[in-house]
Amino acid sequence: MTKLFTISPSPHIHSGDSVNKIMYSVILALLPAFIWAVVMFGLDSVRVTLVAVAACVAFEYLIQKYILQKTPQITDGSAALTGVLLAFNVPASIPSWMLIVGALVAIGIAKMPFGGLGNNPFNPALVGRVFMLISFPVQMTSWPAIHSAGVDAITTATPLAILKEGIKNGQPVAELYKSLPANMDLFLGNMSGSLGEISVIALLIGGIFLLVRKIITWHIPVSVLVSSAIFSGIFWVIDPGKYTDPIFQLMTGGLILGAFFMATDMVTSPMNAKAQLLFGAGIGMLTITIRFWGAYPEGVSFAILIMNALVPLLNRFIKPKRFGEVKIQSING
Amino acid sequence: MIKTFKIGGVHPAENKLSAEKAIEVLALPKSVFIPVGQHIGAPAEAVVQKGDQVKAGQLIARSSGFVSANIHSSVSGTVKKIDIGPDTSGYPKKGVYIDVEDDIWDEQIDRSSEVKTEISLDSAAILAKIQDAGIVGLGGATFPTHVKLVPPKGMKAEVLLINGVECEPYLTSDHRMMLEHGAELVVGVQLLMKALNVTRAAIGIENNKPDAIEKMKDLLAGQNTISVMPLQVKYPQGGEKQLIKAVTGREVPSGALPISVGVVVTNIATTFAVYEAVQKNKPLFERIVTVTGKSVQNPSNFKVRIGTAISQLIEAAGGLPENCGKIINGGPMMGKAVANIEIPVTKGTSGILMMPEKEAKRRAVMPCIRCSRCVSVCPMGLEPFLLMTVSEKQIWETAENERIMDCIECGSCSYTCPANRPLLDYIRLGKGKVGALIRTRKQ
Ligand code: SF4
Ligand code: SF4
Repeated sequence: MTKLFTISPSPHIHSGDSVNKIMYSVILALLPAFIWAVVMFGLDSVRVTLVAVAACVAFEYLIQKYILQKTPQITDGSAALTGVLLAFNVPASIPSWMLIVGALVAIGIAKMPFGGLGNNPFNPALVGRVFMLISFPVQMTSWPAIHSAGVDAITTATPLAILKEGIKNGQPVAELYKSLPANMDLFLGNMSGSLGEISVIALLIGGIFLLVRKIITWHIPVSVLVSSAIFSGIFWVIDPGKYTDPIFQLMTGGLILGAFFMATDMVTSPMNAKAQLLFGAGIGMLTITIRFWGAYPEGVSFAILIMNALVPLLNRFIKPKRFGEVKIQSING
Repeated sequence: MIKTFKIGGVHPAENKLSAEKAIEVLALPKSVFIPVGQHIGAPAEAVVQKGDQVKAGQLIARSSGFVSANIHSSVSGTVKKIDIGPDTSGYPKKGVYIDVEDDIWDEQIDRSSEVKTEISLDSAAILAKIQDAGIVGLGGATFPTHVKLVPPKGMKAEVLLINGVECEPYLTSDHRMMLEHGAELVVGVQLLMKALNVTRAAIGIENNKPDAIEKMKDLLAGQNTISVMPLQVKYPQGGEKQLIKAVTGREVPSGALPISVGVVVTNIATTFAVYEAVQKNKPLFERIVTVTGKSVQNPSNFKVRIGTAISQLIEAAGGLPENCGKIINGGPMMGKAVANIEIPVTKGTSGILMMPEKEAKRRAVMPCIRCSRCVSVCPMGLEPFLLMTVSEKQIWETAENERIMDCIECGSCSYTCPANRPLLDYIRLGKGKVGALIRTRKQ
């Protein structure tokens, strides 16, 4: 008897990394922020997250099965992740049906028509979120009360919204600071805002987990944060009466969520370290620009989507450092 | 800080199962099949005929050009026939079948185990011996060594680099060679230095082999022309360009040979063969082969006559494991899967790896999620995902501009891809096409 052996070209071993592992690791990394959301906004956080995930997965399944007539691939985790990210970017008080509309836009417009996983130019969760912001401006900007340390604090606006309103009315920033949460509260997440964006510390724990597990690299988060800090810092130094300090900018408005979890979306970010640094720097600058001078108090979502649009260009013109792109160094010229 | 190369690289599980196993001499086979083309370049031409009596070490096929190599009999006995037979490539190849009788060696060969350190020959004579002995790169590349040692016009070697990296998982033959034949290796390095007329040499060894580093350092104490360079473990550090970068900091320009930065690289097994050829008059007709695998009963390092069927090596290591699904000639990153265990050991056989069925099959391919991992691990700074796409779409011009020809086929990209994309398969295809286009353009 001759036994048949597998013949295939090298390499014959694999790292064991997989798309599923990556997607589920990111979801896992969002767990601390989710727990914090439940603490702050109660069971609404659970409702919103479940509805968003279920809707995204269901739409992906239905579109693959009935429109594209392919075998559904929902177990890869990418639709579920889009759902979690969508939930994290809306107020916990959002009505479920609006969320379902957002999910439909995310999966049905931003992802599947481009060819599904790996082919969408824009971050699906952000497209869904921006669509909701434009369609349901009232519900998307009313923030639920937070329950923290047993005390019910009622907030009607996020720190950035308070600021924008105040500056528009001509109040000096120093004055406005008094009605804003202290830095420590911002860091812990003791304020209102979108479901998953409020706690800097919870998001950092997840972000560091992703870095340590090598799911993401430092290039995008660090460049987003550094560029936001520098860009806002310059204006703050020039006119502290009119602009807030960089620390405040970093800890509010979903910048941390955006830097670690949205901008790092693999499908919609550039393909090499150099391009990623530029991409991140662009997001930081655009975010601060929108916050300081734009119509919206927050700018992260728009900044990421704008930079998403530039990714093909970045990939085309910024190439990784090649090996052997050198002048001949020895006597043998 | 301990050195390594700068761009890319991966860390596959080392699985050096046979690292503690001393080299064992494999029993003589009953017959051998010695292909006449075991090297890069023109196959040698047989100079024996059916019925001839041969001795071990006797020339049986003569090199047929400058880039070619002599082939010697590895056994004594009778030439049964000159015919085609199986080899690693899967294609039938011409070779010499010999029935083994006794173990008589050519009288010129010094069979004593005494280490002969005194170097009496000059550069040209050393080169001639290396060429006569049919020595080729034994790391797997099988490029004729005498060609490497003669720099092209206008170029000069400055440094000799010895590749003791053995970065392929599982393989341990070079490691054992350094531990057991360090003294001979030192002489081999000196011979190569003399042949090249260089005054400096370095042996690069990854620091997962501290005993080999120690051993070579001890043997080289008290002199300063040959240095031992411990290197951080990273695949593919054994790639010539990566090794040169790691040890000397020099970067071989795209499309150029190592000699363009004044470096010549040979590996450990080759260096030992040079020692034997020059000091002991022994042509290259045996080599060390690691026989290994997770379910292999007795992973080993065997000293084997060229032409021995690999089935015999497998038998000696405890037999073919029940669950074996794939047999690889070489290491798991760059080796070749073979269909048949009756193929012979050739000069390029550094290892025989048996992989269990469940590791043998590839996993289902998913869409590229643009994670850029393939880009960050590529030691040549290429964009494998892009090279795959353009090869698939047959856009050869872009493939060339994106430097597809720089790919060293290390496999780091395919190894890493979370979507299991067959990156290197397509890149190989593209390289073949683009290479052909470049050649026709030059004509
Ligand atoms: S096989 Fe080629 S493309 Fe892939 S990592 Fe190695 S050098 Fe780069
Ligand atoms: S590693 Fe695979 S999935 Fe990631 S970018 Fe490269 S080809 Fe695409």
